[in-house]
Amino acid sequence: MATVELTFSALPAHVRTARLLATAIARRTGVEESLLDEVRLAVGEACSRAVEAHRLHCPEEPIRIELCDDSGRFEVIVTDVAPSDELEHTPERAPFRLDDPLGQLPDTLVSGFGIAVIAGLADDVEVYPSQKGMRIRMSWPAAAGGLSPV
Amino acid sequence: MDLKLDHHSEDRLTIVEVEGEIDVYTAPRLRELLIDLVNKGNFHLLVNMEKVDFLDSTGLGVLVGGLKRVRAHDGSLELVCTQERILKIFRITGLTKVFGIYASVEEAKEAHGRDK
Repeated sequence: MATVELTFSALPAHVRTARLLATAIARRTGVEESLLDEVRLAVGEACSRAVEAHRLHCPEEPIRIELCDDSGRFEVIVTDVAPSDELEHTPERAPFRLDDPLGQLPDTLVSGFGIAVIAGLADDVEVYPSQKGMRIRMSWPAAAGGLSPV
Repeated sequence: MDLKLDHHSEDRLTIVEVEGEIDVYTAPRLRELLIDLVNKGNFHLLVNMEKVDFLDSTGLGVLVGGLKRVRAHDGSLELVCTQERILKIFRITGLTKVFGIYASVEEAKEAHGRDK
């Protein structure tokens, strides 16, 4: 069962709000302090990617983030409705290559780059791209004795 | 926290002081500053990130973009950073091999002086 759901319009300013919210709930859920930076960064990356995708394809549509605390893990799902296949195949947004960052990376966000960062941060990541949007699910271990929501 | 930017020149080195969060919202300001500095002939940049609280891939992209611009003029863009939370994202992305990363401004200035 989702603990918190948030939808926000595709504005860069809202990404900070989303990652602060995720970090606060992760702390309350019992995620170790040493992992909170990873949660903050990974959620920020996922939301940044979604915002950029929506601004390209559907700026009026909101982005959704779900924060869940089921079964001893803190789970975050970021869902957008921008056609991710188009993003992946646009030449200037080719997947990031770690062996040639200067040749590959323009000074704007690259879709594959953000996902590579998320994969390096969360020990459990699943990316579901589709023509109807992308869904990124990531999770971290949470202590069984996380704080109650009271 | 918002992003605070400042810069000053010492000899041929331009030191860019960055404080706050570099993300999809604030990174364009850093990009504009780096482009402006290069356009004004500052090709040796040292970005001090000791007061940066947060850096994401958008910020990395801006730094890489700046590096590409200064290298086009045989320049350099190096970083001062000792914060593990920031260094980690450089390591994950392999960018520790791309940027010179120093523990202090003084250390970077000494290295820059040796390379001149």
